[in-house]
Amino acid sequence: MSLELRDLSVDIAGRRIVAGIGFTVPDGSFTGLLGPNGSGKSTILKTIYRVHKPATGRLLLDGTDLLSLRPRDAARRIAVVSQEFTLEFDFTVLEMVMVGRTPHKRPFDRDTEADRAMVETAIGQVGCEDLAHRSFNTLSGGEKQRVLIAQAIAQGADHLILDEPTNHLDIRYQIETMELVSALGVTVLAAIHDLSLASLFCDTVHLIAGGRIIAGGPPGSVITADIMRQTYGTEVLVIEHPDTGTPHLIPRRLRSTDPPSPASTDPR
Amino acid sequence: MVACTVLLVIAMTLGVAIGSVYLSPAVVWGVIASHLAGHPHDSVADAIVWEIRLPRVLLAAVVGAALTTAGTVVQVLVRNALADPFLLGVSSGASVGATAVLLFGAFAALGVWAISVGSVLGALGAMAAVFLVSRKGRALAPTQLILCGVVLSALFESVTSFLIFRGNPQATQSVLFWLLGSFGLATWSQLPIPVLALAVAIGYLLTQGRSLNALAMGAEPAAALGVDVHSLRRNLFIVTALMAGVAVAVSGIIGFVGLVIPHIVRLMVGSDHRRVLPVGVLFGASFMVVGDLLARTIVAPQEMPIGVITAFIGAPTLIVLIRRRPYLYGASG
Repeated sequence: MSLELRDLSVDIAGRRIVAGIGFTVPDGSFTGLLGPNGSGKSTILKTIYRVHKPATGRLLLDGTDLLSLRPRDAARRIAVVSQEFTLEFDFTVLEMVMVGRTPHKRPFDRDTEADRAMVETAIGQVGCEDLAHRSFNTLSGGEKQRVLIAQAIAQGADHLILDEPTNHLDIRYQIETMELVSALGVTVLAAIHDLSLASLFCDTVHLIAGGRIIAGGPPGSVITADIMRQTYGTEVLVIEHPDTGTPHLIPRRLRSTDPPSPASTDPR
Repeated sequence: MVACTVLLVIAMTLGVAIGSVYLSPAVVWGVIASHLAGHPHDSVADAIVWEIRLPRVLLAAVVGAALTTAGTVVQVLVRNALADPFLLGVSSGASVGATAVLLFGAFAALGVWAISVGSVLGALGAMAAVFLVSRKGRALAPTQLILCGVVLSALFESVTSFLIFRGNPQATQSVLFWLLGSFGLATWSQLPIPVLALAVAIGYLLTQGRSLNALAMGAEPAAALGVDVHSLRRNLFIVTALMAGVAVAVSGIIGFVGLVIPHIVRLMVGSDHRRVLPVGVLFGASFMVVGDLLARTIVAPQEMPIGVITAFIGAPTLIVLIRRRPYLYGASG
């Protein structure tokens, strides 16, 4: 039981953005997609939730072809929290989260007690009870992200796709968001920019560059100074996180600098 | 909902009651009741209510509802709260069609329906052009949609101008009158097509309330919520063209209603389209009935084009709304 990508290629405007990607997201795992800007991470995710069509390859959900499912049936299995989100209209938090029930509803179905209970639970899980009647657009970046996660929870899917979930968030919200998601008990596939943060939460990571998989496995085997140099073309120091032993990146300057010493600060 | 229904009944009663001859609401409802019962009386009041004022008020209500609904849908379609149904080339396309009918007798075989058919075809044609031009692969990009709509609208407007320029002066008069919008020529025979179009469109849209909410989140979030965005957008496009095209066909180009009323409705009931759509139908209808009442009473015995009234009410309202935009959308900056 898993989400499986087999030899997946995606073309956008005649250019091959994803070229023959294959990996498996085991049930219950937290899998990270890493890679430089423009490497194809988002495109892979968007192909899973049907924004793009694959040129070749297959997407399998528990062994059946994901794209052969009706859109609403696929949406009952896979929920998405996407990267950039702007809202032109004035929805309250409650209304936003209720939208998550869309794939479970037929045209004339009303919101039932069960729907309202699920929405309330979802809002509780992300700790936004006090915001329920606020307008979504008045919330801070971190609060908005939590409401969007609540919407995905209300969707009742057992898979969650996250596209750069911690972009634009401060360090507290980054950690809270990742903790929240990993505590949901669903299978997670997330494109993550911050390699150290990814190492802290992911069971498995796949490093993508130029639309291909460069390396895959536990963070410790993928995030090494050598592989980072090859993939990102820059020097980093990789140390062990003191709490978890997972890789932690320390950026280095391009020009060599001496550590400040008492002598160099001497005004003379 | 109840309040808006009451509002509509009051507006329509006043719309029928007030005019060059004032009739009390009791007389108005008496006449309507006698017709519904099948025993119409032969009186002056009967003729005024049944033959002149009631079809006009009903037509205004239907057009108000259609324009409001079309505006609501277009704003979701392009994800821009300042969009209106005429943005997508509907009005300018319909103008070309109707002008061709009025000036050159196109579709003459269709008799009284010629203008309706001409403007609906024009509206559909213009929207199809906008739709095809603004497609990016399979996807409809909202920004491109707006730009193409504006550009093609300008093109169709110049086609209308060219047709007027080539036509004879007397026909040009009727075109100009038609373009400014009026319910003055309303008859019972004009009602079935708009009513049918509105019923079909509203019926479809009421099944799509949740999908519209999902689409308001954006195309990609909507796809992730299991909405078939491609076909939903196509369908929304078609029902908008239908409603706006029919509205333009029976009453000319009445601006601002499709832009301003959806905003006022959202201010009243929030953005959930399962509420916005039905309330918009009732409120838009009431607004148009009152607007038409003003149009034919304030400079009586002459008649003001309804487009002038809606612009006079709509433009300042819109400016106030834009200046209060942070409050309207709840955005902090």
